[in-house]
Amino acid sequence: MKEKKQNKHLYWNPYFGGFLLGILIIFTFYVTGRGLGASGAMKSSVVTLVDAAAHEHAESHSYYSKFVQDDESPMNTWLVFETLGVLIGAFISGALSGRIGWRVQHSPKITRRRRLIFAFSGGILFGIGAQIARGCTSGAALSGMAVLSTGGFITMLAIFGTAYLFAYFFRKNWI
Amino acid sequence: MGPLIPNELISFEWSSIIAIIIGIFFGFILEASGFSSSRKLAGVFYGYDFAVLKVFFTAAIVSLIGLLYMDYLGYMDMSSLYVHPTYLWGAIIGGAIMGIGFVAGGFCPGTSLSAVAIGKIDAIVNVIGIMVGVFIFSELYPLFEPIYNGYFEGNITLVDSLGVNQYWFVFILTVVAIVMFAATDMIRKRVKKVFY
Repeated sequence: MKEKKQNKHLYWNPYFGGFLLGILIIFTFYVTGRGLGASGAMKSSVVTLVDAAAHEHAESHSYYSKFVQDDESPMNTWLVFETLGVLIGAFISGALSGRIGWRVQHSPKITRRRRLIFAFSGGILFGIGAQIARGCTSGAALSGMAVLSTGGFITMLAIFGTAYLFAYFFRKNWI
Repeated sequence: MGPLIPNELISFEWSSIIAIIIGIFFGFILEASGFSSSRKLAGVFYGYDFAVLKVFFTAAIVSLIGLLYMDYLGYMDMSSLYVHPTYLWGAIIGGAIMGIGFVAGGFCPGTSLSAVAIGKIDAIVNVIGIMVGVFIFSELYPLFEPIYNGYFEGNITLVDSLGVNQYWFVFILTVVAIVMFAATDMIRKRVKKVFY
């Protein structure tokens, strides 16, 4: 009870959220034959920006060129539309619960600046890792596990295992 | 029989609209489960909040059981679904880098997007970081290429690589998850509470 009084926001029961997410994954596979994703749209954005800034470079480059086509924008992919939906859906949920607002969320023990530096560098690592593993927690781990993909299970174990191993070094940021 | 779009039961033109609708539900579930809060997410690594673990494994098991049932009842051909390919060392090293990024930044790409939508500035910075990370990887691609393309084992499943029966595997995984959920509740009672 004490916790309810002090935690600012109340969220769904995690089993309820997980159940609905599972149903959504089944539906997604049933309709599209593939799973969910998140980092793919960020890759498309980077490819688009590089293509706009230096078209020659993108076309001749061994990695960007996989995603650049002459007649189509790299943003015209399934995952980009799905990501637009994620932004809309999260905004609706936040609006219904009064959670919208500009703020930096961090532990009172660290400064705003420190939080932003770690958020940025954590993002860089996640971006590199998600390319190497060809997907992030959604696309590789969760959607992979739903179809028993060996790679999906390995990626999931590697993400959580390493995060637990390194949690000690980042504890000041969180507890 | 599903999947509907690959089997052309729904025309391909609908796929963008369906993508947005699926995304809306995905974003809503993430935000309503509290995944727009990095401090809630990070709780799983310090034992003060196990929502990530519970949502993640409940979703994985519900979808596994549901897909197997749909395959068994003939609504869908499971073998025609896209199976995430296995590049052994890419999965391990990529996953390990993501793990450090997760505990450092407090977000993964999907949760970060749901936090951007409600105005979290740390999430916006995190998404910019992810894009910088993708850019770094792309520019240094020749360096990463051996691990990105190497150790390819195909689009294999655990049935292929462990030789297990899929129904038994899912059953055992479910039991393991339930035991894990009970254990995390006990751990959480012993850990000092963190309020956010």
